[in-house]
Amino acid sequence: MAIHREELIRIAELARLEVPEEDRDAMCRQLSEVLEFAESLRRLDLEGCEPSVFAPADSPLRDDRPDARRLDAARATAGAPESEDGFFLVPPIVENLEP
Amino acid sequence: MALEAVIGLECHIQVATRTKMFCGCPAEFGAAPNSNVCPVCLGLPGALPVANRAAVDAALRLGLALGCEIREESVFARKNYFYPDMPKNYQITQYDRPMCEGGALPVALAAGSRGFPLIRIHVEEDTGKSFHPERHGDRRISRVDFNRAGVPLLELVTQPAFRDPAECAAFLTALRRLVRWLGISDGEMEKGHLRCDANVSLRPAGQSELGTKTEIKNLNSIRGVERGVTAEIARQNLARLSGERIEQATLLYDADHDRLAVMRSKEHAHDYRYFPEPDLPRLRVEAAWRDEARAALPELPWTRAARLEREYAVPAYDAQVLGERRELCDYFEDCARGADGKLASNWIMTEVLRMTNERGWSIDDWARRVPPDRLREFLARVSARDIPGPLAKQVFTWLADEEGGVAELLDRHRVRVQASRDDLLPLVREVLNQNPGPVAQYRGGKIATLGFLVGQVMKKSAGQAVPQVVQDLLKAELGGQRPPS
Amino acid sequence: MSARESWRYSAARLSNEVRRGAVTAMEAVESGWEGPAREWEARVHAVAHHDAAARAAGSRAAVKGPLAGVPVLVKDNLCTTDYPTTCASRILAGWRSPYDATVIERLRRAGAVVTGKGNMDEFAMGSSTEFSCYGPTRNPYDLTRVPGGSSGGPAAAVAYGLCPVALGSDTGGSVRQPAAFCGVFGLKPTYGRLSRYGLVAFGSSLDQVGIFARHAGDVALLFETLGGADPCDATTRRTAAPDVSGWDRGVAGLTFGWPANLWAEGVEREIIEGLEDAAARLERAGARRVTFDFMPGEFAVATYYLVATAEASSNLARFDGVRYGFRHDDSSDLRALYTRTRTGGFGPEVKRRILLGTYVLSAGYYDAYYLTAQRARTRIRREYDQAFEKCDFMLLPAAPTLPFRLGEKTEDPLAMYLSDIFTIGANLAGTPGLTVPVGMTPEGLPRAVQLLGREDGEPELLRAGRAIEVGGEPARLGRETEREFAWPSKR
Repeated sequence: MAIHREELIRIAELARLEVPEEDRDAMCRQLSEVLEFAESLRRLDLEGCEPSVFAPADSPLRDDRPDARRLDAARATAGAPESEDGFFLVPPIVENLEP
Repeated sequence: MALEAVIGLECHIQVATRTKMFCGCPAEFGAAPNSNVCPVCLGLPGALPVANRAAVDAALRLGLALGCEIREESVFARKNYFYPDMPKNYQITQYDRPMCEGGALPVALAAGSRGFPLIRIHVEEDTGKSFHPERHGDRRISRVDFNRAGVPLLELVTQPAFRDPAECAAFLTALRRLVRWLGISDGEMEKGHLRCDANVSLRPAGQSELGTKTEIKNLNSIRGVERGVTAEIARQNLARLSGERIEQATLLYDADHDRLAVMRSKEHAHDYRYFPEPDLPRLRVEAAWRDEARAALPELPWTRAARLEREYAVPAYDAQVLGERRELCDYFEDCARGADGKLASNWIMTEVLRMTNERGWSIDDWARRVPPDRLREFLARVSARDIPGPLAKQVFTWLADEEGGVAELLDRHRVRVQASRDDLLPLVREVLNQNPGPVAQYRGGKIATLGFLVGQVMKKSAGQAVPQVVQDLLKAELGGQRPPS
Repeated sequence: MSARESWRYSAARLSNEVRRGAVTAMEAVESGWEGPAREWEARVHAVAHHDAAARAAGSRAAVKGPLAGVPVLVKDNLCTTDYPTTCASRILAGWRSPYDATVIERLRRAGAVVTGKGNMDEFAMGSSTEFSCYGPTRNPYDLTRVPGGSSGGPAAAVAYGLCPVALGSDTGGSVRQPAAFCGVFGLKPTYGRLSRYGLVAFGSSLDQVGIFARHAGDVALLFETLGGADPCDATTRRTAAPDVSGWDRGVAGLTFGWPANLWAEGVEREIIEGLEDAAARLERAGARRVTFDFMPGEFAVATYYLVATAEASSNLARFDGVRYGFRHDDSSDLRALYTRTRTGGFGPEVKRRILLGTYVLSAGYYDAYYLTAQRARTRIRREYDQAFEKCDFMLLPAAPTLPFRLGEKTEDPLAMYLSDIFTIGANLAGTPGLTVPVGMTPEGLPRAVQLLGREDGEPELLRAGRAIEVGGEPARLGRETEREFAWPSKR
């Protein structure tokens, strides 16, 4: 199997997701199945194939001019679970700890 | 075993554009919280970035000024990590194909000028701001404001080329001067326009491979960089002495307490999962754009300082001071052209800088009040010994505060400069008559007494005499009885 | 026919009636709600959010323009100011966007009315519209079967008559496959032709807004209205979108590719019959068939699930309980807030894909998976380029099966992913695809085929779609036919 439990826990942590103990084996199996399927790409001759880029090459840069999309603080925070005086509120950010 | 420090810097320069890196929100500082935001910089679902040409142009100009190689097609990438001041929980930056690579910044050190080599410069977006935790009812919270989120940043990474903290400070001073010079940034570290992280490691002197490095974040002033790096070198030295291994770590420098704190992080936390930003096309800087920017680049501070020295015969120190700011150089050159360069630099370095400082004026403010032609006239009068020293300072103040040429100012303030022999001779004779003792001493060979006599005449003229003229007259009057040589 | 029956009109005709005052915009919008929705919506559940007041407000402004008074159900991942935008996810529960997506702005400017938000698989991840926090949508032709996905709601709504046209999004087939399952037209345009600004991102380099309609002409009408560069989306193309006004010109002289190797095995008989039927219609209308082998779809599926999940893992990082949507209460520290919010806010399929994408991008695996997949994508694109040197468009299935039953594939992700085997390639290549209905199976399920075109090949696809729509009879190509929608027989 391509993904083991430790690996699953590591990526779940990176993704800020929790996989309950009882679901871990099934999740490992499902992810591994897809990855094993993806192994089929090894059979594809990729000689001379650069990685794809999809955004068009001629796309213009933006002029340094303000536009009309700006929101005021009330609208900016309207959808927030918790806000006050125009600020978003979150649990304390401890500076020397990665959230 | 002697250890040497190896230090590399990672600088973030906030670009002074009107709008943000990827959206049209004002990039200004000091607005009410979350009022300079839009769907893009708030990271709302569905919003997409579009890169700001002016920010890219700033990176281009900085890269060209530093002699970097400019990549014609660079790539924006996402750096993925969770942090509450980062709206999308990824930062749009550049990774394996940055816009500028190589180059060096020449820095004037006590031992002469030295170029510190760079690894790269790239464009990215700033994060928002979170505030220190505070009490909120029965719990603690932090406030988050996204006004700064998405402001354009240039990240500049140096080679690990520094050996001591003073070099780091000199580098940052030179970098700050350069970004101001190019009009890229206001460069004020206290306002966060220029921020710096430092990588520090120790190794036995002469060894080429590097020791384990630590990264210090939060260095918010040039002094802070110097002190933070000094503290970390000391800490690593001490650790080595007591036989400890240096662990790779991120440290935070607390300037208020001159203290370093180790940042805790979970294992595997730093897996940024960079990949090319699919929402943005490759960043193309065609040859034409690059060449145009190169042609439009101003003369750079280090070349200019050398030229000032050469062309205006000012001392190296003066050239350095004037070379601090481009507008100061421009003003100096406009004033010194066809004038006495040293005299111009004396007046500009002392009086102009003092007065602008006191009054909170910019050099441009000053130049509007005292355009170069007015200053040139003043300098010409001073240099022709038309205005006595003490009076000159007074006239200079009038120049700044009032309209009109020097003669007009003197008239307006009813000052008559006593510069002619006819004006001064009566005073000179009076002084000689009233001071037989010093006259005798002079004649007896005590030449220094002349200074006392000049002072007396100046006093009588209420400062309106020109000392050199007075001295010449005194000598002539005493000439019959020239002191024995 | 009365205004109450105007839900049967094509969008083109409906807007015509509204512009000349025969039907009011309000009547045009409400007829779908009062007629078919009353009968079907509760059973099909195509709509995630609707609001009579918002419709009324929208209708008041909608008297002019090429889509005057035309009701459009839009997928719940397109940002709208007048309805919640939730991507059928708990994590965005109740969220209202403060801005309209560019395509929504363009719809409104053209006089259309957003009649509601269509149900979908959460964050467009799924092929059956079963992974919605609002519960599944059902296929109006057989309520025990899925409508396809992820844009199952909009597809089903157009099929049962709520509105003549709808918008979805297509990242790997999410418009074309449900269109096939529901027996309607479904266009996935060329990448960069429709703005993605305001489309909640899943796989940024694959996502395109797609169009559902009951007639080829209505697809063309919407494409004309929505297409074109958007200064807010740097992935849109600057050049003018292709001109589709000749959608009823017929296919005389066009050649279509017939890559029969693709359905040699694993494709249901009824699907192959549909292909043969469509090919016959095209030939009858004057197109020429060219047979060749084409790259099997497995490579595309493998590539897709690496690229799409990688991009999704990053695109969905912003849902963290800080700025909008759901927050897990009772989190005293930030990490717990993030983890609990995301764990509780995302459904199982979304979590599965985020985990896969995170893995694919993580240190040590990037080259083996993500980079390889992006290179494979270039290879796949070349295959398409080569195919379109031999023909003007290709004819192939939209899905290997007819609509499957609810619950049939929810526990087998790989099987579900393989149901996109014929659609995914076009997303990887950035080329357009159009699903075209071709009648019904004897048991009353819609049959459909898919047409794949070259970059900017929408005009040929629509010409071919129209030719199939009129049974390959050139005399019926003109615009005066197919003006009314009737329930397909055998319902």
